[in-house]
Amino acid sequence: MLTLARNELYRLFLSPLAWVVLALTQVILAYLFLSHIEYFIQIQAKIATIPNAPGVTELIAIPLLNNTATILLLITPLITMRLLAEERRNDSLPLLLSAPLSSSQIVFGKYLGTFAFFMIIVLLVSLMPLSLLVASQIDLGLLAAGLLGLGLLTATFTAIGLLCSSLTRQPTIAAMTTFASLFLLWIIDWANSSQLAEQSSGVFNWLSLSAHFNTLSQGVINTSDVAYYLIIIAVCLIITIRKLDSERLN
Amino acid sequence: MNVQSANIKLADPLILLNAQSLSRFYGDQQVVNDVSFQLYKGEVLGFLGSNGAGKSTTMKMLSGNLAPTQGEITINGFDLLSEPKQAKAHIGYLPEQPPLYKELTVKEFLLFCARLNQISANQIKSAVEIAIERCGLNSVTTRLIANLSKGYQQRVGIAQAIIHTPAVVILDEPTAGLDPIQIREIRHLIRDIANEHSVILSTHILPEVQTLCDRVQIIHQGQLILSDSVAGLSQQIQTSSLLIELASPPTTHILSQIDGVTSLESLSNTLFRLHYSPDLDPIDELVRQATSQSWQLKQLTPEQHSLEDVFMKIIQEEQSN
Repeated sequence: MLTLARNELYRLFLSPLAWVVLALTQVILAYLFLSHIEYFIQIQAKIATIPNAPGVTELIAIPLLNNTATILLLITPLITMRLLAEERRNDSLPLLLSAPLSSSQIVFGKYLGTFAFFMIIVLLVSLMPLSLLVASQIDLGLLAAGLLGLGLLTATFTAIGLLCSSLTRQPTIAAMTTFASLFLLWIIDWANSSQLAEQSSGVFNWLSLSAHFNTLSQGVINTSDVAYYLIIIAVCLIITIRKLDSERLN
Repeated sequence: MNVQSANIKLADPLILLNAQSLSRFYGDQQVVNDVSFQLYKGEVLGFLGSNGAGKSTTMKMLSGNLAPTQGEITINGFDLLSEPKQAKAHIGYLPEQPPLYKELTVKEFLLFCARLNQISANQIKSAVEIAIERCGLNSVTTRLIANLSKGYQQRVGIAQAIIHTPAVVILDEPTAGLDPIQIREIRHLIRDIANEHSVILSTHILPEVQTLCDRVQIIHQGQLILSDSVAGLSQQIQTSSLLIELASPPTTHILSQIDGVTSLESLSNTLFRLHYSPDLDPIDELVRQATSQSWQLKQLTPEQHSLEDVFMKIIQEEQSN
């Protein structure tokens, strides 16, 4: 399983895609980071007089994590689309299927390898707010909660991407379905503002990927939010395993 | 290693793979129908059939890539369906399309395959080196698989299948799409592999079976219609007719009187097809008479049955039964 994860990560870095994604994400987020700092410096004097005013972490680190979440939403489909769809297209899946591995080991291996890649992005991004420690005090607890949220969010993105990739042999279709699913789950709580919300008694709110992330990035770690992500991950992985198994049968 | 393989051949025939009444449906269509066979230790078993006969489906089932609708498969004593991991550890499988990660170098790929097959960490290196050595990949270890010729890619595919020294190696049309020189090299390699592993080979090329296999099974429309030794198959292919061209032929009556000739067809004034009983070959007598009576022999060709003819013959026998 770890062999497969390692191979997955290694192959990712053999393609220029991984490097381009890492570099460009870093450029965009660094720009946003700087603009958040700029903004903070501008309003620093004004908010200094307000009691209980938001600090550096709330005004720089958390917005940056929010930006990262949006960017990950856009790049996850590009990375996860190849996972199983491309194996199918290149006819390399039999290599894994005839090795002494169970379907769940194949799925977990691929999942972990890809998740590790996204963790590299999250790690690199978290270095930016941490660099503020040199000049200022930051709320490490709040930052940790935000990073936990980002980690869980990424893990969920990856699981959904893997599931979509297992359903087709065309990577582009996998990318499109992943993006559509992620985006829909991201904005589904917008319906809340309408009348629909009252009728749906909060189902949309519960389903929303972003609503759960928002609580975490405010520093509140609820079991229900963590459970939400874990449930989605588990469901996606189990369906993927079932899909691989059923391919042998049909 | 040679001593070991010799021992294996001397030992009592041991069933390494046992397929019991395999059937497979794709939707309503039955692709494989009640196929049963055994593979013994040290044996090369050829699966012969035209395209779409169910060869690849059978190979996929044997390698655990496809579950049979009915029937069971035991490999080295492990049931492929109830103990897939143990069973698969004894199989090496090369599908029709070699399953390769083309962005890796040959060595990286084989290292990955070795780990995938759970070879213990201290033996991985030597396993990879042995596989490289045996498949003649020494000169290309650091090259990307994508840049190799199809013949070399096929070799990497074979190396991948034998890296964990499985008891059974399953090769699905290993020479498809190669040029004649590559085909010869791959056949040589398969012959070499057969010294240490039992091999199941599927092909639609008759000479391939004749040069490589000990035993042959013919599959047609999903059913095994023949299971025989290669010698037995050669007998089926054996000619029992010949073409003879004589510039000044005698009457057909004289020709059909020759010992062994059972019937005669006139294809033109000078060209005849003679059918004869396989145990009594009339060629010698024909030549003698042709020279002594100056029939002016132009051509004498024993007719080879093609695979098609053998198929047709066996299928016809099957239907008449």
